[in-house]
Amino acid sequence: MSKYYLNYLDELESEAIYILREVWAQFDNPVILFSGGKDSILVTHLAKKAFYPARIPFALLHVDTGHNFPETIEFRDNLVKELGVKLIVGSVQESINKGRVVEERGKNATRNALQIITLLDTIEEQKIDCAIGGGRRDEEKARAKERFFSHRNDFGEWDPKNQRPELWNLLNGKHFEGEHFRAFPISNWTEMDVWNYIKRENIQIPSLYIAHEREVVWRSNSWIPVSEFLKIEEGEKVEKKMIRFRTLGDITITGGIESEADTLGKIVEEVSAMRKTERGDRSDDKRSETAMEDRKKQGYF
Amino acid sequence: MEINNNQLLRFTTAGSVDDGKSTLIGRLLYDSKSIFEDQLESVSATSAKKGHDGVDLALFTDGLKDEREQGITIDVAYRYFTTPKRKFIIADTPGHIQYTRNMVTGASTANAAVILIDARHGVIEQTKRHSFIASLLNIPHLIVCINKMDLVDYSEDKFNDIIARFEEFSSKLLMKDLRFIPISALDGDNVVNRSNNMEWYQGGTLLNILETIHISSDINKIDARFPVQTVLRPQSEEHRDYRGYAGRVASGIYRVGDEVAVLPSGFTSKIKSINAGENEVEEAYAPMSISMALEDDIDVSRGDMIVRKNNQPEPTQEFDVMLCWLNDEAARPRAKYTIMHTSNEQRAMIQEVIYKIDINTYDRIIDEKELNMNDISRVKIRCTRPLMTDSYRDNRNTGSVILIDEMTNETVAAGMIV
Ligand SMILES: Nc1nc2c(ncn2[C@@H]2O[C@H](COP(=O)(O)OP(=O)(O)O)[C@@H](O)[C@H]2O)c(=O)[nH]1
Repeated sequence: MSKYYLNYLDELESEAIYILREVWAQFDNPVILFSGGKDSILVTHLAKKAFYPARIPFALLHVDTGHNFPETIEFRDNLVKELGVKLIVGSVQESINKGRVVEERGKNATRNALQIITLLDTIEEQKIDCAIGGGRRDEEKARAKERFFSHRNDFGEWDPKNQRPELWNLLNGKHFEGEHFRAFPISNWTEMDVWNYIKRENIQIPSLYIAHEREVVWRSNSWIPVSEFLKIEEGEKVEKKMIRFRTLGDITITGGIESEADTLGKIVEEVSAMRKTERGDRSDDKRSETAMEDRKKQGYF
Repeated sequence: MEINNNQLLRFTTAGSVDDGKSTLIGRLLYDSKSIFEDQLESVSATSAKKGHDGVDLALFTDGLKDEREQGITIDVAYRYFTTPKRKFIIADTPGHIQYTRNMVTGASTANAAVILIDARHGVIEQTKRHSFIASLLNIPHLIVCINKMDLVDYSEDKFNDIIARFEEFSSKLLMKDLRFIPISALDGDNVVNRSNNMEWYQGGTLLNILETIHISSDINKIDARFPVQTVLRPQSEEHRDYRGYAGRVASGIYRVGDEVAVLPSGFTSKIKSINAGENEVEEAYAPMSISMALEDDIDVSRGDMIVRKNNQPEPTQEFDVMLCWLNDEAARPRAKYTIMHTSNEQRAMIQEVIYKIDINTYDRIIDEKELNMNDISRVKIRCTRPLMTDSYRDNRNTGSVILIDEMTNETVAAGMIV
């Protein structure tokens, strides 16, 4: 075989870099949506490569639910310092205080849905015309049809029926005043690809992804971490377990799995043997068959 | 699983409704162990609700709510699976009214197309249409799966008949690599595992073929083309004088020291350095994303193309393209559109519709001039400034364009330069 071909990870990397550069070229004020999760960390890492030796030309936008893992915030602040990029924080707590949104109640109350409003408000205030996300098409069925450049109308909504066809490598980011785009450079990566790449590149990730001992309760089929925001219900028992998280979100609903995988190598091994999708541990996706899709239409990540 | 030097293969699937496309994709995912437990649970539950005994494999490719309600698939959906040999991306394009548009979209990036034929019905109009699109989009490998062999007693004669009928019409099309496989998607014969019911078939299973077809020679390695996406100027202490031209190599190979020309200006220089991320490399080839620095300080910006001095594309202002109309608004006569070609953008006008193609019979229709959604036609396009083009047959990246409606910003057409 000729040596002039890329392996699949290099090809995914090259595609993502291409998309990030297109965003920079086609938009006036693009940002990276930074959640502190591995996918947005990966996107940030790819942006570093895309513009090297220049600095990442995008600000990081963090929609802060207030229900954070403390590790996430620490990680975020270190990364921002290291890269010398600007950080924009959209605060859900502030949206609540301003009366833009009302807090959910009940046992499985989360601030997940509230994020949409805070995100859209921040996009509008900051005149952001493209928000780069770490969404992947393999994550959830509603994402399987997502484009690299995903058009949002001036209410920030996604219309699955009215997306622009994407052919070859030609990305159409044209938009009118008030509209914005979401761009998804790692659309074609699977969870396994992400982990393999993180390991290969030795990318720093929050310690939460790595097995550690933690106080948790068993709820909706996963281990929910005990935190100041969690209401322990009757009949629930706080236990100490070796766990790690497969995705990071609102601390009140992000479930961990029992795991002994305390190195990147062991995580890669564990993920490749895993028989459950990563979002399977998030109670926000379990509310209905189409929970994710409904949120996406309203303007979710 | 160490699969680090494995390649990525993108393929598209086509078949008319009920040929078994969803079942086939479900089968590929299921037998290659790419289905997760929670997906399996949810599909089993839905299968039971719908009164199926066992798991309805077709449900794994279930998409958006709207289509679940309408019972149809709306657009192109992407699926992923990995085997110890390769990573695969399936562009799943459903068959219904917007079919041509969707298949063209899915086919544009595909290395291979899988076309389904129902063994009971043999070659039908849709088969011709799908084959035409695969050939028009210049997909290098075409794999025809004759499905539902269980319903024709696994008959070798039936299989050979269908091949003969297929070859009758496909001789008019350009196809580099064509294969036929008898399968049963429902039972899994010859999809991932070999069939015991068709000892007469000597070829590989579908997965086996997808894992082994040779794809690295599908990229044009002769004509070096590098469209500039953006210019990197770090302005930091350390890299004060660096000016890098960032882009993705569209085709060919570049080496440090190569004599290059920058188009359209025509200025020449030499490659001073090539960067892939933080690493300096000696050579770069398609589809690598790199940044390139030149020896001389010349003016280069987005939309320019850096090529070898002695191998340059045609600067063309007026050219013929095979155009597929994608939008439900018909083309407006003599309207101006934005044309995107690599990283370049100009204004363009459709000057003339030369002929339309009946994609079922491959006949040329000379007297119809209107371009409606799903129409494929040969048109003459005129741009405000020259584009650096190659023919689509030679180069998928520098031979393709899209048209954008300036009133709506929508992508309304896709074109392949003749
Ligand atoms: N007997 C038999 N039935 C099949 C086979 N493949 C698919 N089917 C059935 O054909 C019908 C249509 O299949 P489906 O995958 O939904 O078709 P699609 O419209 O092409 O996606 C379903 O009832 C399948 O169970 C096969 O190989 N043999």
